[in-house]
Amino acid sequence: MSGDWSYWLREHKGTLLAFAGFVVMFTIYAANHPMGLNANVATTAANKGVLLAIVAMAQTLVVLTSGIDLSVGMVMVLANCLASSIVIGSPLATALGVAGVLVTGCVCGAINGLIVIYGRLQPIVTTIATGAVYYGIALALRPVPGGDVNASLADALTGQLPGGVPASLAVLLALVAIVWLPFRRSAIGRAAYALGSSEIAAYMSGVPIRRAKFVAYTLSGLLASVGGLFLTFITYTGEASAANGGAYTLYSIAAVVLGGVSLFGGSGSAVGAIFGALMFRTIGDLLFVFNVEPLWQPLFQGMVLLAAVCLGSVRLLRVRNRLDLYG
Amino acid sequence: MAEAPAPANRLGSMRRRIDPAIAWAFGCIIVVLFIGSLYSSSFLSPEYLLQQLKVASFLGVIATGMMIVILLGQIDLSVPWVVAVGGMMATAATGWGPLGEALAIPVGIGCGIALGLVSGAGVAFLRIPSMVVTLAVNAVAQGLMVVHTGGFSPQDSSSPAMRFIATGHSLFGIPNALLVWAVVGVAAVFLLTRTTFGRTVYAIGNRERAAYLSGARTRTVVMAAFALSGGLSAFGGVLLAGYASKAAQAMGDPYLLPAIAAVVLGGTSILGGRGSYLGTVAGVILITLLQSILSVMQMEEFGRHVTYGVVIVAMLLIYGRGKRYSE
Repeated sequence: MSGDWSYWLREHKGTLLAFAGFVVMFTIYAANHPMGLNANVATTAANKGVLLAIVAMAQTLVVLTSGIDLSVGMVMVLANCLASSIVIGSPLATALGVAGVLVTGCVCGAINGLIVIYGRLQPIVTTIATGAVYYGIALALRPVPGGDVNASLADALTGQLPGGVPASLAVLLALVAIVWLPFRRSAIGRAAYALGSSEIAAYMSGVPIRRAKFVAYTLSGLLASVGGLFLTFITYTGEASAANGGAYTLYSIAAVVLGGVSLFGGSGSAVGAIFGALMFRTIGDLLFVFNVEPLWQPLFQGMVLLAAVCLGSVRLLRVRNRLDLYG
Repeated sequence: MAEAPAPANRLGSMRRRIDPAIAWAFGCIIVVLFIGSLYSSSFLSPEYLLQQLKVASFLGVIATGMMIVILLGQIDLSVPWVVAVGGMMATAATGWGPLGEALAIPVGIGCGIALGLVSGAGVAFLRIPSMVVTLAVNAVAQGLMVVHTGGFSPQDSSSPAMRFIATGHSLFGIPNALLVWAVVGVAAVFLLTRTTFGRTVYAIGNRERAAYLSGARTRTVVMAAFALSGGLSAFGGVLLAGYASKAAQAMGDPYLLPAIAAVVLGGTSILGGRGSYLGTVAGVILITLLQSILSVMQMEEFGRHVTYGVVIVAMLLIYGRGKRYSE
């Protein structure tokens, strides 16, 4: 059994490191927070963290196939603008609205996937261009910030469960259970990992590459729209903000890297990316707790990000043959 | 790789056989000009075209650096804030007095080179994926500028020299900015086609391992390429600050995606190793004209984003597709 254990450890090393990093940072954060760790502090922190975690999950699915999705932030913004118009009214209308937002997200992801698969364009260029389109649609829906959302649903999902546990954590857990685990365990999910490791080898082995890519991109769009929905629940408004979309795209990549997912594809897990996202958010909050001048916060955040990505290079110390450095 | 001529013969082979991608790009320029002339007769006037070329030169300078990095098979996502660093440090230097005023342009470019060297070191020595390390450098640059400016747009205005190269006109009324781009372009063509550095860039883009085994100094070249990209981005920022006579917080944001799009539309492979500067010139002009015609048509902002994205995907589907698995 020891062989199994060491294999399991090696496979999940990135996830475990991200988890450990998050626990350490969050402990420091909670221990030094002026108000201590009460339910309200935890809920605010969780809401911000979960939002990024959802977008990071969306990014992970595409990154696993050795692609990249630079439109996740824009899909999120589009979903936000759409949700602020249609997720309102009677329970039935709200449910239909939520369904509409999720379907829109799926369609956006599917379009990315179809262009990458059948158009044979590089994911990075494709998603830059489709991101501009999605942002344009968001702007058409909401030329000025505004709108509203079903407040009772929003409060239920961003508030606290009985016992003071943030409800957003339950949302995140549900997403992992409903979207990520079935994907990871399915043949399609394994195909996504396989094609991320080596597309040509996967193709030669008869792995359903196209289907796997299509599912990965579509689910990524779905998760990004869940992120947009959640953003609406937090802010109660819709805003077509290019800055917001761009920032979330970039943060999602940072979270994915911190979460131990390889940008070359084929290794890592969405759970790792979730902890990467939570860790990234905690870093920002730590600066607040330690009363760092607000002016210096972006610099510290940047330095921490740079240091974190450099830490990944520790693996170079184990390289015996310099040729292994060059892919 | 049979269709990719050796870089050494690139100029020669171009005379014999024009790259279809570049032909398509120039064809698209003519179509855009034609459509524009239907809307407004002044679209084809020399003044208007010169004005467009002047606007294009800012993007052209930035895209030159981006192209060199893309030829390596890497990408530089630090453009937005390196552009801002260039503009802000140059205007800040102007505020130091006569000596600073004289050194404004070199100071701005030097700061960009320094940031580029950090990215380059991360890619060359720490083997961090360029997408991640340039993202982190972008965050650090943003942090530095927030500290430097106090979070506001700086009050210093640009030096006379900066205004001269960005807005002045020289012989025959040709805008100086266009001349600057021409000089940068000729230097880039010389560097890419006539020097060891350029050949090594193409070689690394094709197969880094092979380039390393052939004794090319891959690390130095990668560092130099990123330094060039940083320096040129900052130079673009210097020009923009001269054009607007001051620097602003988000001045670089609208240049990242157009720079990548221009390089790719010009037929440079995003995977590296293939592409010529003529294509980038075509891509830059095409993007600038496209943005201009969309505003001439008085299209709403959302329509501009949608059209912009759709046109990029459509053009790439025409001539930028990858290979089939069976090839």
